[in-house]
Amino acid sequence: MAVETTTRAKVRWGLLDVLVVVFALVPVLWIASLSFKTPATLTDGNFIPREWTLDNYRTIFDTDQFVRALINSIGIALIATLIAVVLGAMAAYAISRLDFPGKGLLVGVSLLIAMFPQVSLVSPLFEIERQLKIFDTWPGLILPYITFALPLAIYTLSAFFKQIPWDLEKAAKMDGATQAQAFRRVIAPLAAPGLFTTAILVFIFCWNDFLFAISLTSTERSRTVPAALSFFTGASQFEDPTGAICAAAVVITVPIILFVLFFQRRIVSGLTSGAVKG
Amino acid sequence: MSVNATPAGAQVSAEAERPTTTVPTQRGGRRKPPLSENKRAERRLGWLLCAPAALVMVAVTAYPIIYSVWLSLQRYDLRFPDQREFIGLENYVTVLTNEFWWTAFGVTALITVVTVAVELVLGMGLALIMHRTLVGRGLVRTSALIPYGIVTVVAAFSWRYAWTPGTGYLADLFSDGAPLTERASSLAIIMLAEIWKTTPFMALLLMAGLALVPEDLLKAASTDGATSWQKFTKVMLPVMKPAILVALLFRTLDAFRVFDNIFVLTAGGNETSSVSMLAYNNLIRGLNLGIGSTMSVLIFITVAIIAFVFVKLFGTAAPGSDDGERR
Repeated sequence: MAVETTTRAKVRWGLLDVLVVVFALVPVLWIASLSFKTPATLTDGNFIPREWTLDNYRTIFDTDQFVRALINSIGIALIATLIAVVLGAMAAYAISRLDFPGKGLLVGVSLLIAMFPQVSLVSPLFEIERQLKIFDTWPGLILPYITFALPLAIYTLSAFFKQIPWDLEKAAKMDGATQAQAFRRVIAPLAAPGLFTTAILVFIFCWNDFLFAISLTSTERSRTVPAALSFFTGASQFEDPTGAICAAAVVITVPIILFVLFFQRRIVSGLTSGAVKG
Repeated sequence: MSVNATPAGAQVSAEAERPTTTVPTQRGGRRKPPLSENKRAERRLGWLLCAPAALVMVAVTAYPIIYSVWLSLQRYDLRFPDQREFIGLENYVTVLTNEFWWTAFGVTALITVVTVAVELVLGMGLALIMHRTLVGRGLVRTSALIPYGIVTVVAAFSWRYAWTPGTGYLADLFSDGAPLTERASSLAIIMLAEIWKTTPFMALLLMAGLALVPEDLLKAASTDGATSWQKFTKVMLPVMKPAILVALLFRTLDAFRVFDNIFVLTAGGNETSSVSMLAYNNLIRGLNLGIGSTMSVLIFITVAIIAFVFVKLFGTAAPGSDDGERR
């Protein structure tokens, strides 16, 4: 009896699982399928391509437009992630470990920025960056990315830092280490998993951005892939860019899929701990 | 025996947390008058560590938003730079009496309300599945993270092709025309794309709340003969309330910024522009800094009002704020 109900429960959960998986994956599989189709079969509406081809991928890697955008995307996201995690870790350490006036203010400011409508910054940043001559450059995108990634980094990292045993730091200080040394030698290694998780979340955020990428760039010099995708016209003007767009879309989805596959546990714990436990 | 294990564990962690929260107040009480050298060093280090993050955040948001207010008070069209002059609130009158603005505002509000409501329901379901499923928990969590992680533009292209006759599998299935060329169906598809993309995020935030529901409380409710629905509404929802409010606040403000999906799916055609889309078009396409900035300021004010109302109505403690006592 008991065995029977658990089997039935398992089947029911299994069906729900399948529903979720299908719902989550179908759009992704569809664009992947389109990217492997030949121009002739592109519009047949078949879920599994009848004729497989890698031509679309060859096309995009042959065009300077895409390769350049990919380099921009990777470079900008990596630099922004690095800086945001370093600055965020410093602030999160202070928030979770030290007692100083103005702490609440910093937490409040980051919360405000997390809710800030990015489009409100587009016009002033456009104008300011033109004056500072950083419009359409890497720093021109890295700066807003760091800004909007910082609240995320600070929340996630403070949540992680709060779980680190305090006593170890005290012990280090007892042995004559300064606060800064205690941070570097004792807390930082313990915090590494948290830092790594935060880095993934921040990277996904930067990798994803579209609004700043199309507003604060104007040429291939700094245009990232999401922005380039929306301007894609194919190798020649008369060619339908659908296949190429799909191939490019798949290429920038691969890192995300890899992150999700290998670090699912970390990403889930990072997002949930930052949100509620704070 | 095993039933006792969980509460005992909870007790221990609660016990372990207490010293860290009470010790500082004791110490502060004892040493209030002279600020010890240690204490002062701690403050200095605290400020020093926070300064870079605070500086960047303020420099890239506060200054531009003030500058944006200044720009919004001018006639400033980059195509006619010589006509730049201070015109007071004239831009605001222009925007607020413009029907495109109000259409876009209506579209944005509609998308926000519908998507957040649907996401709350679906997200709760997904959170329950991710939290309680007996089989394939890792698989479900991994697949649910894909919409969260995927680039919005990529997802939007996938939906666009899916709903375009010819390249799509959905267009022929549900309609005989081209759904993305009509207003109502375009809006529905934009909302579908938004919901697909952000339900997992909502679910993750809700799952964090679910994890706080004590297992023995649910068991006790079962023993007392509560149905699953009663357990959900009477036990789980009250415990989850803070998590739900945080999720709602974040998603509402995020939904109000809707841009990427509309840009790719319809480019704002057939009156499907959101306010973000309209501001972008005035600024980058129209090069009208004055009007663009005015819209930016108006969006900022709207978002501030939404956030204020949320916090006032529900009194959510800020996520990440220090009052751990809230639980």
